[in-house]
Formats: sequence, structure tokens, C-alpha cells
Amino acid sequence: MKIHKYDTVIVGAGGAGMRAAIESTKRSRTAVLTKLYPTRSHTGAAQGGMAAALANVEEDNWEWHTFDTVKGGDYLVDQDAAEILAKEAIDAVLDLEKMGLPFNRTPNGTIDQRRFGGHSRNHGEAPVRRSCYAADRTGHMILQTLYQNCVKEGVEFFNEFYVLDQLITEIDGVKHSAGVVAYELATGEIHIFQAKAVIYASGGTGKFFKVTSNAHTLTGDGQAACYRRGLPLEDMEFFQFHPTGIWRMGILLTEGARGEGGILRNKDGERFMEKYAPVMKDLASRDVVSRSIYTEIREGRGCGPEGDHVYLDLTHLPPEQLDAKLPDITEFARTYLGIEPYTDPIPIQPTAHYAMGGIPTNVEGEVLSDNTTVVPGLYAAGEVACVSVHGANRLGTNSLLDINVFGKRSGIAAAEYSAKNDYVELPENPESLVVATIEKLRNSTGHERVADIRRELQETMDANVMVFRTEQTIKTAVEKIAELRERYENVSIQDKGKRFNTDLLEAIELGNLLELAEVMAVSALARKESRGGHYREDYPNRDDVNFMRHTMAYREVGEDGSETVRLDYKPVVQTRYQPMERKY
Amino acid sequence: MATPVLDKVEAESAASPYITVTMRIRRFNPEVSDAVVWEDFQIEIDPKERVLDALHKIKWDVDGTLTFRRSCAHGICGSDAMRINGKNRLACKTLIKDINPEKPITVEAIKGLTVLKDLVVDMEPFFQAYRDVMPFLVTKGNEPTRERLQTAEDRERFDDTTKCILCAACTSSCPVFWNDGQYFGPAAIVNAHRFIFDSRDEAGEQRLEILNDKDGVWRCRTTFNCTDACPRGIEVTKAIQEVKRALITRRF
Repeated sequence: MKIHKYDTVIVGAGGAGMRAAIESTKRSRTAVLTKLYPTRSHTGAAQGGMAAALANVEEDNWEWHTFDTVKGGDYLVDQDAAEILAKEAIDAVLDLEKMGLPFNRTPNGTIDQRRFGGHSRNHGEAPVRRSCYAADRTGHMILQTLYQNCVKEGVEFFNEFYVLDQLITEIDGVKHSAGVVAYELATGEIHIFQAKAVIYASGGTGKFFKVTSNAHTLTGDGQAACYRRGLPLEDMEFFQFHPTGIWRMGILLTEGARGEGGILRNKDGERFMEKYAPVMKDLASRDVVSRSIYTEIREGRGCGPEGDHVYLDLTHLPPEQLDAKLPDITEFARTYLGIEPYTDPIPIQPTAHYAMGGIPTNVEGEVLSDNTTVVPGLYAAGEVACVSVHGANRLGTNSLLDINVFGKRSGIAAAEYSAKNDYVELPENPESLVVATIEKLRNSTGHERVADIRRELQETMDANVMVFRTEQTIKTAVEKIAELRERYENVSIQDKGKRFNTDLLEAIELGNLLELAEVMAVSALARKESRGGHYREDYPNRDDVNFMRHTMAYREVGEDGSETVRLDYKPVVQTRYQPMERKY
Repeated sequence: MATPVLDKVEAESAASPYITVTMRIRRFNPEVSDAVVWEDFQIEIDPKERVLDALHKIKWDVDGTLTFRRSCAHGICGSDAMRINGKNRLACKTLIKDINPEKPITVEAIKGLTVLKDLVVDMEPFFQAYRDVMPFLVTKGNEPTRERLQTAEDRERFDDTTKCILCAACTSSCPVFWNDGQYFGPAAIVNAHRFIFDSRDEAGEQRLEILNDKDGVWRCRTTFNCTDACPRGIEVTKAIQEVKRALITRRF
């Protein structure tokens, strides 16, 4: 076991982690721990753009962007945070440009902008060009640009270091962050990182679904590490299903395709979004479009022999436009489906895409241990966190924005905190939980396999807590997850070695997914209303009287060691906007 | 209608997408043995699936010790470059049907970097070469309050080399790199190119001097392996030639 001491430790090297690292490295001795390599993170898979009211191509302002974000989130957004997001978006884009990001340009040389779902002129009048982009690889360019600037700033990375535990020390009854425990994949060695400040930027949880745009590695490691140490998770029932995943595979096809003029069609060739969203049509918010697609499929207007998908039609767009603006996604269609998008429509279905919920933070990125109490020295940013700027449904292009705005904020706040505060004493035997977890899996002789349990988890999540949910389906999921968690106790692995043991890694990741799936399902069961990405067929309307509040889920351990999810609620911050009915 | 049952069976088998494929994988785990062995696995797979899916079937259902890197599974994160049937490719962008599944499909680690376990190599020398070419925008003078302006043409000039995902498929396909690990390799030069030809950048001369080194751009023998290997379709050899030309003319 090795012990390291750093002022600031960042967990995760995607967009939020590296944006934080650029700030904190300038101000404090910083280590970035990632279970991958820095440019492997899923930020790189984001395609369509990053929203900011630059007004480079048409009239726009940050107040309209704030409104769209609040409305898009079905009013569960904390409006003070949304205002910060929209205001600071402009500098966040300009920062990236100055760091070298090769945005597409307008004829007069400024950053070009395009339309995206839910972004509108003057509070919903018509779509607006707000998304700043680099072809359909904006996330890739952000990730590369941030890594380039990390190289420039000399950021210290620990690659393939997997953080498994958050160390908490209580001082006068207040939980303080003391550091993290990491497992070095190359050697199997355990490392304690004592740090004055820790920032989680470890991404989402999408791998508990089967059809998902998420990478294999998005297994909620940061959320699980904090949750197991008694910290709450906020709004975990809200998950975004992106309308256009490649049929059966779930690979993302950007909303920018519809921003460029692409149209969704059912088996009759009908542009069905005109029925559901007369103004914004194909560019309504993602939850609305995904529900519309499944309504078409359920009512027998789906495409293909099994009627289980619809088409994204780009055939009316000039090939030059596709080549210039959408080269990657057209290539995906050719590679994975053998389809030529110039002439043929692309089969798509909604795909599990983004966790709106996560570790609760305030607008400085400080993690909360209840509705109001800050955990000194602990920060989170990006998809792992819940600020909440996305509320019940995130707008497209607001996640690349979120990682930049709140990555930067948390990087500065954490470094400033570590400059002013001393190390907190480590708890006794800080490695004990991690050692126990690893030894249990390595020594287990049980007959359950990781792959079987994961497959069953993903199937039950897809079947029961996806776009449409009912009391019945969610209960089915809760029961199935409980069964799977029991079976997980008997899981064993074949690779008993220390060197690059990805068999062990996948087993640990599955444990995280199971724990978080349970939180999600239990949170969803209690929310007896429909709002944004959480749609209950048995409660099809939004209920502001009873549910205009954030869910806060806590892990409770009984005296017999049994584990339950306890739910509490937190008020939504409302400033300018009164809740209205949401129409697109 | 003498054999309706048989017809039905034939129809069903014709409808079944699955075929049996032999995956022949180069295994190495120094924790167990210093020997390198080729191991065959027979799996059932839909030929429209990826080589990565085949590797997952083995790891998840047959042999959990099989070790490889992967993340996004659709060709954007650059984790799973490997040598498949003797050619560098991304396992997640290579469909079984496209690589002659009637014969055993060979899978081995990319060459020229130290193998650590099975398909996992030490990426550090690769990233070191990348870091050595100053892969970041360098500008002088005061920053403008808004964005720097750039014409669409100037932006287009280096578009191709911005697609790089640092997967190392190009560098580890280069015979010069195999023979001498000191050579910067195609990926580092591609990333230098991305900044040398960016109209906003002011450190082109410095980068050219770095690549003028004995281990620099002149080691390239124009074999086009790198261009063939690039899963992003970057014209790597052309980019290297443009850097060579810029070194001679000092115009870029």
C-alpha cells in the first residue's frame, strides 16, 4: 500500500475533470486519477455542440437560454444554477476557443452556431441557433483541447487508477473529506490519496441499461463511492433517453442531425413530430421526442418487420452538407448498419443517454450531506453531480456546457479551499473497505457470473424503468434488482491475478451499478407524477403541489446489516420563472 | 410438400444470423508464464457484430482472464486498437463479416509497444512522443476579449488532423517505429500538423525544429501503413509530407 499527499485530487479525466484540473493545477498541487486514459472518456462521444448565447448568427441572450433550460428541465431545475450556467456559457465557449478548440466558423470568422432541441428565441417562439460546434465531434474536440491544455499546464495524471472509496472523517459531527482510496490496475496495488480537497468528475451510470449510448466504463463509480459513505444522491429517477440511437445498438446519432434539418418518420413516411410538437417539431426536448417515438411504435406505426424502430431521414439534405456538418454519424450508419444516409433513412430508437441526477452540490461544486450542509473539502462536477441545472430533463448541448462551467468553478473552489485548510486526519485503516471488497471477490467460490447478472440487470432496466414507467413495472424492477443483489453476493471471478485484472474491475463495477439501479428504481417508485424524463403512465400529469421537489436518497443500514434506500426531499430553487405547462 | 418439416428447419436456419467463428488470440501474462501462446476460441456470433463483441463473448462467457482495453465501443475513444488479421484496426469498428470469418480471425496486441498482458500494451512511450511536439495552441500578445477570428478556409486547412483519437493504430503500424522506438511516429506528427497549420498558432517554427530532429519527420519512409491503419480516415502520410515540405520551405 502506498500513501500519497496532494492538495487537490480529481477523480476522473473527462471534460469536467480536466477543466477542473486546468484551474486547480495553477493554484494547488493536484493529482488527477482516472480509471482510463485522459482522452478515453465519454465526453469525446458528445457530438452536436455546446450551448451559449453568443448571438453570432442571430439575436440571442443568456436570459432566453436560462428560460429554455428551466422549461426543458420541466421546472425541476434550480433556477439560480441555470442562470449561472447560461451567463457563464459565453465565457466558457470563449475560454475553449482561446485554448485552441477548432470550432466551425461563420463567413465572417466568428464561431458558427446551429439549432438544437429545446433552444428557442424569446421563450419558445421558434428554434434559435445557439449551439457552438465543431462538425459532429464537438465533444471529441473539447476533450482533446482540454487534454492539450493539461499537457501545457503540466497536470499530473495517474492513469488507470480506479477510485473505489471516499474517505470521510467526522469532526464535531460534520463529515469532512479526507481523501480517496484507489486501485492501480497495472499492478493491483492499493493507494491512499490523502487530499485537502477531492473533486468527483467520474461521469454517469448509463451501463445499467442495455440499449445505451454510454461507454462500457460508465458505471457510476463516483456516485457509489459517496453513497456508500452515507452521502445522498439527488434526483436519481431522472434519466434521459436520447431519441436517436442506432437501432438495437444504441450508438448516439446527434440531435444536430435534426438541427441541420433531419426529420423523424414513421413507417408511413409521416413526419410524426408535427402532431406532438407543432412549433418545435423534431427539435422538441428529448423526453418529448422519445415518448413520441415510442407512442408511434406502440400504436403500430413503427418501421421494420417487428415495427420496433422509426427512421431518421437525412436524404433530403445535400451530401455536401452531411459531409461538412455530420461526417461522423453518417460514417456510423455506414459502418454499423451498412446504410448510405445520402439515399436511405437510418433506423433509430431511443437510447439511455444521461443521468440528470447524481451527487448533490451547490453552485460552487461543494457536495452536500443533506439539504443544506456542505461536506468540507468535497466537490463534484459534470454528469456525476446534480447542481441541478438539468432538472427532470437536460437540454441537448447543455452537458458540454455543464462540464465546462461547473468543472471550472469546482476546480477553482477546491484549490482555494486547499490553500486555506489543512489535511484532515485519515480514518483508521483507510484501506479496509477496499481490501475487503477485493479479497471477497478474488476468493469467492460462488457460482454466479458477472456477465449473467449484468445482462439481467440491463434487461430489467430496459423493460421496466425506461421511457414509460408504471407502479407495476417499477416494482418488478425493484424486486428483480433485490434478487440480483442477493445473487451478486455469490459472484466469483476467473482472473485471480494482480496484473491488469479487468475481470475484477468489471465485478466491482457491477456492484456499483446494482446499488445505483436500486436507488433509481426506489426514487422512481415514490415519484407519483410525470415530469421530464420520468414518465409514469399511471400518473401522466406533472404534480407541482406534491412533487415540485428534488428527491434525496440515502443508504440506510439496519442493525442486522440489511440495506435500504431512505428517501427525503429538497425544495427547488425558483427565482424568475413560475411553472407553466410545457408545450413545444 | 413431401418434406415440409425439413423446409421449415432450413428456413429457420437461414433466418438465424449466427455463425461459428474461431477467434485466435495471442495470449501473454507474465504473472503466469513468460511464454506467448496463441489460443483458439470458438464462438457463436452474428457476423454483423464487432470484433469487440466477439472478445466480450469470450471474456464474459468463457474466459474472464482475457484482457483488453475498451470504452466507448464505437470508434471515438481510441482504447481498442489491436492487430486483427495482421492489420491494425479498432476492434469496435471492425465487423466480423468484413474480415473473412470462414477462417480463424487472429487478434494480437499492436506492435512496437511493450505488451503488458494479452492485448494491453504500455502506451506511455506513445503519449510521451505526443507530449514532446507541444500539442497545444501557442499565442503571443494580449488575448482578444471575444474569440480569435478564423476564416472557414483557414479552419479547413487542418481539419483532417483534428480527427485524431490517439489510438496508436498508425504509429504501431509503422515499420520505422517497430525498428526504432525513438522515432516520434505518425500520431505525434499528425498532432504537430494540427497546430502548425492552425492560423491562430504562433509556435510552428518551434514544432518544426522538434520534428527536424534525427528521430523526427525525416525518418518517415512513406510506406502508407499509417494512412491504411487510421480508423478515422486521416490522410496521415499526406500530413507527414506536408510537415516535411514546411520544413524545407518554412512556409505553412
